[in-house]
Amino acid sequence: MTIDVPTSRRSLPQLQPVSFIGADGQPTDAPTEGLSIPSDRTLLGLYQKMVQVRRFEAQVTHLTKQGRLATYPSAAGQEAIEVGATTALAPGDWLFPTYRDTASLLTRGVPVTEILSAFRGDWHCGFDPNEYHTSPAATPLATQTLHATGFAMAAKLKGTDACTLTFLGDGASSEGDTHEAFNFASVWQTPTVFVLQNNQYAISTPLREQSNATMLADRAAGYGMPGIRVDGNDIAAVFAAVTAALERGRDGEGPTLIECLTYRMESHTNSDDPTKYRDSEEVEHWKQFDPIDRLEKHLRSAGVLDDDGAEEIAASAEVLATAVRDAMNTEAEIDPAELFAHVYANPRASLARQQETLEAELAAAVQS
Amino acid sequence: MTVTAMTTADEVPAPVSVTMTKALNQALHDSLAADENVLVYGEDVGRLGGVFRVTEGLRKEFGPERVWDSPLAESGIVGTAIGMAMAGMRPVVEMQFDAYAYPAFEQIVSHVAKMRNRTKGRVSLPITIRIPYAGDIGGVEHHSDSSEAYWTSTAGLTVVTPSNPADAYSLLRESIDSDDPVIFMEPKSRYWMKDELRLPVQTAAMDQAQVVREGSDVTLLAYGPTVRTALSAAEEGADHGLSIEVIDLRTLSPFDDATVSTSVRKTSRAAIIHEAAQFGGYGAEVAARVTEANFTHLSAPVLRITGFDVPYPSPKLEEYYLPTAERVLDALESWDWEL
Repeated sequence: MTIDVPTSRRSLPQLQPVSFIGADGQPTDAPTEGLSIPSDRTLLGLYQKMVQVRRFEAQVTHLTKQGRLATYPSAAGQEAIEVGATTALAPGDWLFPTYRDTASLLTRGVPVTEILSAFRGDWHCGFDPNEYHTSPAATPLATQTLHATGFAMAAKLKGTDACTLTFLGDGASSEGDTHEAFNFASVWQTPTVFVLQNNQYAISTPLREQSNATMLADRAAGYGMPGIRVDGNDIAAVFAAVTAALERGRDGEGPTLIECLTYRMESHTNSDDPTKYRDSEEVEHWKQFDPIDRLEKHLRSAGVLDDDGAEEIAASAEVLATAVRDAMNTEAEIDPAELFAHVYANPRASLARQQETLEAELAAAVQS
Repeated sequence: MTVTAMTTADEVPAPVSVTMTKALNQALHDSLAADENVLVYGEDVGRLGGVFRVTEGLRKEFGPERVWDSPLAESGIVGTAIGMAMAGMRPVVEMQFDAYAYPAFEQIVSHVAKMRNRTKGRVSLPITIRIPYAGDIGGVEHHSDSSEAYWTSTAGLTVVTPSNPADAYSLLRESIDSDDPVIFMEPKSRYWMKDELRLPVQTAAMDQAQVVREGSDVTLLAYGPTVRTALSAAEEGADHGLSIEVIDLRTLSPFDDATVSTSVRKTSRAAIIHEAAQFGGYGAEVAARVTEANFTHLSAPVLRITGFDVPYPSPKLEEYYLPTAERVLDALESWDWEL
């Protein structure tokens, strides 16, 4: 028996993450994997968005603690990935976010009230996915990776140049759907970018108890897909890697896995207690790698940001925070009849009867 | 059952013998031809034509961009179908066997069923998930499950199951055209059943149950593989002076309360027959809602004549498990007929 042995295979990504701007704001000597640092003009725009989404998340976390929202999973510390990856998308591309990716929804242009509908408890998805080319945020882990793969397959079959990008976390990387999505995307060569935000924790479970792989980006090779590891707190690296992956997708070269090393600075949600599973020294340690601080240093030393510019950007973030407070201080209109309105495209008599029951209950309550 | 040919009288070809498999195959063919957004994929549905040959010849005719073999992962098949439907496609995917749909359970229940409601009707998922189901084919373990209750208990899903070739064609066409996602359950033991008919054919609408045999003493409610069982029981019952009406439910969700209640109020007695186990099964819902709607018209409790509350047995034991016409008639005898 003879067995054909392939002459080549996907090589494993470099262990050291791609990084252009170090924690001190200075250029690094990290590998670039052939990527180039974005222009300072692009970086300045990304800086402004990061400052805004951080202020947004701080404001929402605060309102949640006040009881205005049912729950909120903050992505504080992960702004470089949320903003960098989302900004790299073309308008016709589709984003498939998770519940932690509200910063990406904001970056995509979804209005505040519509983003927070889910967490305030108004409706599961408050925005029109078709308007923002953005899927409802998935709560069941990793399920959205398959939706992104299927959408990209349809785009490929229809001959459009739309790509899809989906976020997933280190915890979700253990789910079967992640592996099925990597495999389907690679077999079908769909224009899909998997942005794996390795923030070190799945609620409380640390990465070392999640995977025994040397690094999560290694998994790409097993699916015949290129993988790359980047410093997820360096937005220049994230933006460049995602831009290149989208270009590959548009050129018909299939999917890419990008592992972004980062750290979840806040708790999982407001109902979590991170002191039970990680010490404050670790959190302090990660503060020195902050994505916004380092970019600000870089932009100042490059001469494209000064005190006035920084103040102007901070002021724009305050305007956003005010808008968030105003939006959350205005109660959304809730219509009980809407419980029945959207379940089926083809109306059902049994649902109409149940709606009548509810309406009779409501009418009786008004009279009493 | 009313079967109407779509062609006009003077050009009607003679009816030919058509198996359910052929009818399903023709429905897929005609849907693919009618709408370029219709796609067919799943495990072994391309070159092989599916393990039951339902998709035979489709890849050759429509090409591998419309009909293709996917990797072997059911959650992946349904999960990608969701993305494709969001992009405007109408995917028709095959789960190779009933029990092999379970890996896709999360995608079906958490997303296929809920996307439209979650997005206030802005994102519909016109996906048809074909599931060959039920037993009586001598299948080894995990090849004979009746999984309908898992799907019917989930809001957002339409659950359809034909019992004959004409309905197989018509209901599959309607399922693929529907903007709601459909779990299309194909009774494996009926795949080789033949009827004389002309395709294309349009039978009653999807949400309508059909009286397939009229009677005045008892209403037997059946679907998929048990319609044959009910008709056999009616035949035997007639020999003993029992007039049995048989209703083929055709669509399990939504449930056609009107057709069923009309019949039950006429006969005053009803039983539901299914292969699935009894406890928490689809028959429990049917018995409850028939009773709730018709209590004062009933002369006897609504019976469930079903498989036993055990895992589906191995081939040499399935004849003892499956509800037969004899079990149906024995159950009907348990009623107090003096009432």
